[in-house]
Amino acid sequence: MRISSFFYTIKQGVKNIFRNAIFSLASIATIASCLLLFGLFYAIIVNFQNIVKTAEEGVAVTVFFDEEVCQDDVRMKEIGDLIAGRPEVSKIEFVSADQAWEEFKVEYLGEYAEGFTENPLAGSANYQIYLNNISQQADLVAYLESIQGVRQVNRSEITAKALSGVNNLVSYISVGIIFILLAVSIFLISNTVTIGISIRKEEIGIMKYIGATDYFVRAPFVVEGLIIGLIGAAIPLGIIYFIYDRALALIVERFNVLGDILKFLPVQTIFHTLVPISLGIGAGIGFLGSFVTVRRHLKV
Amino acid sequence: MALGNKKKKNRIMADDELIILENVTKTYQSGSPALNGVSLKIKKGEFVFIVGDSGSGKSTLIKLLLRELIPTEGEIYVNGVNLSRLRRRQVPKYRRNLGVVFQDFRLIKNWNVYENVAFAQRIVQTPNRLIKRNVPAILSIVGLASKYKAKPMQLSGGEQQRVAMARALINKPPILLCDEPTGNLDPRNSWEIMKLLEQINKRGTTIIVVTHNREIVNEMQKRVVTMKKGVIVNDEEKGGYIDED
Repeated sequence: MRISSFFYTIKQGVKNIFRNAIFSLASIATIASCLLLFGLFYAIIVNFQNIVKTAEEGVAVTVFFDEEVCQDDVRMKEIGDLIAGRPEVSKIEFVSADQAWEEFKVEYLGEYAEGFTENPLAGSANYQIYLNNISQQADLVAYLESIQGVRQVNRSEITAKALSGVNNLVSYISVGIIFILLAVSIFLISNTVTIGISIRKEEIGIMKYIGATDYFVRAPFVVEGLIIGLIGAAIPLGIIYFIYDRALALIVERFNVLGDILKFLPVQTIFHTLVPISLGIGAGIGFLGSFVTVRRHLKV
Repeated sequence: MALGNKKKKNRIMADDELIILENVTKTYQSGSPALNGVSLKIKKGEFVFIVGDSGSGKSTLIKLLLRELIPTEGEIYVNGVNLSRLRRRQVPKYRRNLGVVFQDFRLIKNWNVYENVAFAQRIVQTPNRLIKRNVPAILSIVGLASKYKAKPMQLSGGEQQRVAMARALINKPPILLCDEPTGNLDPRNSWEIMKLLEQINKRGTTIIVVTHNREIVNEMQKRVVTMKKGVIVNDEEKGGYIDED
């Protein structure tokens, strides 16, 4: 292929967008609307999952030791290493008896703590263990209780089960809705592209009669589809980018009671995945839609 | 061993032969044959009218020559190439040897005159600088040099047909196929188109014109092949239009 033919193809693709302005606008609008819906829903789902995950991460299992182990720093270290080596564990923090007493004083006693000369929580050294996945809590607790020297394991089973259930439910619903949204988007977009090209089938026929190869006929249409797809994908990304922070600010202001629970992700984190997915869908459908539809009219 | 319907290879043709149809039959799925055992030879540089009423097989013949259709039986050779043996990907290259002019002009409506004509050169990968030279030249020949920026809808029927002819001729094809080229034109424009075709023929291009236009056929005194119900009923040098009755 000559370089001039290559540039001609690109130029024709761009020109076709303007020549068929109504079809181009309709296609861009369809792609943009579908991907805006998809993007908004994606942002909501990802944030919701993040809130649940943050809540999960805040739920710790606390391990207390037998009295003699509390005096044995080496044994406590060994137990800590064993726990840290477990795959369920995301983070482990050691709280010494002195730290536990300091925290207790600050939280509950205040100035009344001065009456105590010795640490009443001398046997309260413990590990705070955070899990990767709250649903694994029961397995971990069973393991922790089997370790020699462990006196007691404290956990909140109800919280763990509730959070695990919510997380599962959100995951299933998200996958379902994202799948439906994607399918509807693909159907709508490819239909628009198909109609737009079908009304130009006479044009394709003429090119074929003159002796144009399939490639020569198809290439400008594919370039056109690709550009329309990318523009259609870029518009909702722009809209989401500009409204995301404002929407978050509004939510936080309205529901400030839940300020500690509502931990939202920054737009950059959302875009890390949303940008390639949206551009991929837009460009992919634009490309494939035009490629397949033109092929249908090439048999002249 | 019987060879059955095995397709013949390309053949060496006599120097002056350009198109040969050997016992060509084309049957559509609907049943009766549109062409029935048609044999025809067209020499280089000839000007041939193909006439006949609706359903006589003229359009099928054009479609076969364009390699839009393949014969059900028989062979068609153009410049020695057996069209039935052409692979799909070879068809575009074959069609570049034909200039084609249709009754409905078949210009791309969104493109201006220049772009419509230049497209024929772009598909044969003519460099841009040559396209810029050739398109105005061919538009001058068909008398449309000043209208290169106009869109087809801004032109009269006669002008549109001349653009179609410029597009058909710009790559200097050895054969020009014209399917009812004057069918949508008034008598004055029809004659202008025919005069143009005659000039092109004088430069050596073989011209095949399918037409209903009795007056033009009778006046021009060229070879006339008359078809009826899928067969050739008359083939005459310097012939005239034969009435069905």
